[in-house]
Amino acid sequence: MAARKTPEKTLGESLRDHGLSRRGFLKFCAATTSMMALPPSLAPAIAAALETAKRPSVIWLSFQECTGCTESLTRSHAPTLEDLILDFISLDYHHTLQAAAGEAAEEARLQAMEANKGEYLVIVDGSIPGPDANPGFSTVAGHSNYQTLMETVEHAAAVIAVGTCAAFGGIPQAKPNPTGAMSVMDLVKDKPVVNVSGCPPIPMVITGVLAHYLVFGRLPELDSYGRPLAFYGQSIHDRCYRRPFYDRGLFAESFDDEGAKLGWCLYRLGCKGPSTYNACATMKWNDGTSWPIESGHPCLGCSEPSFWDAGGFYEPLSVPLTLRPETLLQAGAVGAVVGGGLAALARKKVKDAAGTRQPVTVEELEQKL
Amino acid sequence: MSGLDPIASQSSPGPACAKAPRDHGHALSILHQIRHALGILIETGEETRIDLNAMPFGPGDLERLTDVLGRGEVQASVEALGPTLIQETAIPGVWLVDYRGTEDQRLTLHIEIALTPEILRPRPEDLAESIATLDSRMPRRDLEPGDSPPTS
Repeated sequence: MAARKTPEKTLGESLRDHGLSRRGFLKFCAATTSMMALPPSLAPAIAAALETAKRPSVIWLSFQECTGCTESLTRSHAPTLEDLILDFISLDYHHTLQAAAGEAAEEARLQAMEANKGEYLVIVDGSIPGPDANPGFSTVAGHSNYQTLMETVEHAAAVIAVGTCAAFGGIPQAKPNPTGAMSVMDLVKDKPVVNVSGCPPIPMVITGVLAHYLVFGRLPELDSYGRPLAFYGQSIHDRCYRRPFYDRGLFAESFDDEGAKLGWCLYRLGCKGPSTYNACATMKWNDGTSWPIESGHPCLGCSEPSFWDAGGFYEPLSVPLTLRPETLLQAGAVGAVVGGGLAALARKKVKDAAGTRQPVTVEELEQKL
Repeated sequence: MSGLDPIASQSSPGPACAKAPRDHGHALSILHQIRHALGILIETGEETRIDLNAMPFGPGDLERLTDVLGRGEVQASVEALGPTLIQETAIPGVWLVDYRGTEDQRLTLHIEIALTPEILRPRPEDLAESIATLDSRMPRRDLEPGDSPPTS
């Protein structure tokens, strides 16, 4: 099989090969600009950059996951901008989507890695049983997820962790974390990692990050959790159309009371919008039809670390409404110090374990089970 | 009429919540932004585009906005990568541009404050090729050396 070198054609050439007119290209750029959460005035600059951009090779690894993230990306109602963006990357390995199976599939991954050394992107969905965990909890082609991940990212340009499981450990990592699940950023320390969290993430956010890489040739600006600021820069609460009700102290107290019927704020029904950063409030779901809060349900905070263990979904956030901003800032500073210490400890643990990585054997599986 | 009618209808409430949409107050802020942009267009000719997809609209906000803007005399459609529906509003210089995909799903919805929406204008690269395009479509008459062009 020939090596899978990234095609030499630019995006502009590929688009014209698809029969796209220059007006169509302008429209594509307007929609892409919107998808990247950039001002519409940047569309001409996006057009100029896309005209000369090259298709990057992408290797998509799926580990401990439910395939919801891939479903989110591919189950759009109709051919959409997401499809177009996917046309303009070279998706060389995705074991849910690719036709090849078994050794041929793994060979495709290795060839793409070799032919695009230092230039390919790795997308990961799902968490990874850490180096200390029983590797048999999740294997592909007889190799532990940990081994596959570390081998694949070694010569990658960057890693995109798609979904809360890959970004923060997600549901597999929920207490008591039986599989020793870890996130990509827990394990990959020497490559840029972008976290596109959400359970699942909004498809336009996934492709928005890819589009940003295509347009600018680099990764977008990130927040402290490694998430693109363009999509995770503001809280659900700050962008919520029900926010004016919060400001006026108008809350639904139960799912069928008058406040709920009038569309008042869902804070007291457990909405995690004030502590959740995501783009649902503007990008919405199902081709922009609606989103959980518009459908009358509180935000679960699915794009945040440990959302599954963050208390009851229907329990109000513990921060009292009367707390003053300076008190919150002090609390945040304490949290940052504690969090930083824990993160350093976790990093050391991972580093210590990394040197002892071995292939999985039957004896090992039986011993640990 | 028209395929332009759906511009504001994508987030319309369904039959289950058919009563009048509540006012979340977001349309008013966009109207003020349009007013400011119109002032700049008139004074300097600078155009503005507002991406309504990026707005935290609640149910009814888009309908309220388009109701205030009204409908003007011009409607147009561009067929490229699916339809793009252009509707002049009742405010001269303010346009709704609805970018739709090949199966009519909305890609994004812009308000343009401009003399004409950008997508209606020929692209400069296309314009540069226009004479050659016309020449290639004109009936050819092979001229013998020494012939002069036909005169009327």
